[in-house]
Amino acid sequence: MKIRIKFAKYGTMKFIGHLDVMRFFQKAIRRADIDVKYSEGFSPHQVMSFAAPLGVGIESTGEYLDIEVLSMTSTESMMKALNQVMVEGVEVLSVTVLPEHVKNAMASVAAASYSIRMKEGNFPIADLEGTLQAFYALETIPYTKETKKGVAELDLKQGIYEISAHSDGTVYMLVNASSSGNIKPAMVFEKFCQFAGVEIPGEAVQVTRLETYADLARSDEPHRFIPLADAG
Amino acid sequence: MRKLALSDEILMQVEKPARYIGNEVNSVMKDKEQMAVRFAMCFPDVYEIGMSHLGIQIIYSMLNEWEDVWCERVYSPWVDLDKIMREKHIPLFGLESQEPVKDMDFLGITIQYEMCYTNILQVLDLAQIPLCAAERGEDMPIVIGGGPCTYNPEPMAEFFDLFYIGEGETQYRRLFDWYIENREKGGSRLDFLRGAAKIPGIYVPQFYEELYDEDGTIQGRKKLFEDIPDKILKEIVMDVSDTYYPVKPVVPFIKVTQDRVVLEIQRGCIRGCRFCQAGQLYRPVRERSVDKLKEYAVEMLKNTGYEEISLSSLSSSDYTRLDELLDFLIEDCSKRHTNISLPSLRIDAFSLDVMSKVQDVKKSSLTFAPEAGSQRLRDVINKGLTEEVILKGAALAFEGGWTRVKLYFMLGLPTETEQDIKGIGDLSNKIAATFFETVPKDKRVNGKVQIVTSTSFFIPKPFTPFQWAPMCTKEEFLEKAYLTKQGIMEQLNQKSIKYNWHEADVSVLEGVFARGDRKVAKVILEAYRRGCLFDSWSEYFHNDVWLDCFHDCGVDIDFYTTRERADDEIFPWDFLDCGVTREFLLREWKKAQAEAVSPNCKIQCQGCGANRFGGGICFEQ
Repeated sequence: MKIRIKFAKYGTMKFIGHLDVMRFFQKAIRRADIDVKYSEGFSPHQVMSFAAPLGVGIESTGEYLDIEVLSMTSTESMMKALNQVMVEGVEVLSVTVLPEHVKNAMASVAAASYSIRMKEGNFPIADLEGTLQAFYALETIPYTKETKKGVAELDLKQGIYEISAHSDGTVYMLVNASSSGNIKPAMVFEKFCQFAGVEIPGEAVQVTRLETYADLARSDEPHRFIPLADAG
Repeated sequence: MRKLALSDEILMQVEKPARYIGNEVNSVMKDKEQMAVRFAMCFPDVYEIGMSHLGIQIIYSMLNEWEDVWCERVYSPWVDLDKIMREKHIPLFGLESQEPVKDMDFLGITIQYEMCYTNILQVLDLAQIPLCAAERGEDMPIVIGGGPCTYNPEPMAEFFDLFYIGEGETQYRRLFDWYIENREKGGSRLDFLRGAAKIPGIYVPQFYEELYDEDGTIQGRKKLFEDIPDKILKEIVMDVSDTYYPVKPVVPFIKVTQDRVVLEIQRGCIRGCRFCQAGQLYRPVRERSVDKLKEYAVEMLKNTGYEEISLSSLSSSDYTRLDELLDFLIEDCSKRHTNISLPSLRIDAFSLDVMSKVQDVKKSSLTFAPEAGSQRLRDVINKGLTEEVILKGAALAFEGGWTRVKLYFMLGLPTETEQDIKGIGDLSNKIAATFFETVPKDKRVNGKVQIVTSTSFFIPKPFTPFQWAPMCTKEEFLEKAYLTKQGIMEQLNQKSIKYNWHEADVSVLEGVFARGDRKVAKVILEAYRRGCLFDSWSEYFHNDVWLDCFHDCGVDIDFYTTRERADDEIFPWDFLDCGVTREFLLREWKKAQAEAVSPNCKIQCQGCGANRFGGGICFEQ
């Protein structure tokens, strides 16, 4: 049986990297006594798929992993059992059973939404919403990305689906998070600051991933983003 | 939510921020207002090393079981954070509360190896605690040292308020009760230390003076108060089945060196290898009950979620009910998809059978530790492993499908000759030849066998029969490594043998600290001031700086290493009593020189003195 687990990661846990979060969940699943399926061989491992890696320093209320179980009593009891073995800063938000045909979490990821806030005070930009919309109205938003192999030229505009200011003074954005076109919110924010003519160092803001989405669009529509928890 | 001691900015800047944030599964949070004693327990090396240490987990779990005590963990900040903390004057903090160590009542430091000495100074320095005990004011934590290196604490004596000699389970409650009582009475730091010096196992170095002869050797010791002991006897737990065990060990987020459940099956070792310090210090052998161990194993796997369990002891094969324990683990662990790792097993039919059940034979390697290349020298060191046994074990292993063998030897052992060194190559070759004789051509995986031969340099340690032995110079060590390499190159099967050897510089320094006296302290302090840190990490070890410090402090390395010691010389550690008598050790030293072996504790008692503790193997026959 395929199970999708949604969790939040915040506070001190934002400093734990993706691979270590995977190891954390492998152990947590054993502590919670979940009848998880293992691979064969001398060093069996749990059959597990994480949606989208979260960068160190970013918080999230929309993380996902899929596991396979051989048996279980109910999704509620599994969620309770997991939350009993979590640490402060990781909380399981939902557990759902996936239909057999659904693609695993990693393959399903199409987009993710983020909020960006100043750790202290507000953004030093008078008309935040107006400036954001002017920024988004640009035809192209070129970005030079440094990779191990050298530099790559991207157009961020293609991957930004929504950007706006929230009433609480934070910046909201919905961006491409698929394996082919993933965009980091920090890149968008960096270009936006340049556009707005302000200098805000990366450490001054807190980025939070709000939700991770699958795209259930039919061929005749551009996108239909559904939270991964509902994608079953 | 806990507030971290380090800002986001700093944490994002350093390698592996998870080293500094605490919050791990099974870490203990308490209400500090309710605490009578706050204790910072430190392993003076990087987090991944310190978190792998069982002893800290034992003390941590024991102290936190007590309602009025909060024990937190502290490790050496890695070089990147070290630099930032110095620049910004951030005081070193406990991982749990994230509050400064200097505000706690005690700082306990485990001293597991000599090459961490500069890291101890780093921890004190970053904690903003004066390095020398004599300079600490009333409000500073009491700094306690423990662990194997405290069996010669003198090189570090100046930096500690007290040392706890022996196993931690027995005297901490009494020490804390006295601390609380003294504080309630309005007593001073000195009053506390005066009282502590009378608690069994506690050594307060500032109450003793080391007196020297003109030749630099020790003339004697003078104590400053009549009512404190002349000799300090180690503390020991006699009933190891009915004591504290960390059934809920802290589980790190990041990968650490020992990333598994550790089951300590027994303490001590029956073997009596003459170079081995642990084999003498932890006498007598005390086994844990097999039922307790089964219970612990199940509980710890459940509490941690670890995917692997490892047995820990000095010589697991000597545990009486090993087969019963392993049968249980193999069955239980296969149900849980848990791996079993089996270090320090003697290679024989039984252990190979067990290993073939828990390991992938094709991927794993077998380890033999002959320690010396010839039977003559193995008799000198009392290593009861014969060539016949090794070759028989190897043949069995090759039949079982193993193709990789690791061999460990020491160079520079007392009485060693060129012939003994040649024996290393010969033995490696014979093992390779055994493979070709045992395994028919068509059954050879990849057609070959891989022998990895490693040598380390022998360092005489206190409380061993070799405490009298001269150590080699760096040049002699390197010459011996060269001869070993030559010896291997001459072998018929040399292509199947890979040879590794250790650095000689660091061994020489370890030799100085191991048998050093109080005069060595100023060199350690000076080296730390000149930037020496993480000396056990080869990339941070600066031998030239150390040599300069010895020179500038006027301390002669050879006095501590290569000098021949008289039978009746007073050693810096002679005021400590680990249970084993000096007469026994001297007897063993003479027997070593006569190439005579001593049977192990199970075969015949050698009268080492450890039976005075009234239990363990000494009373089991």
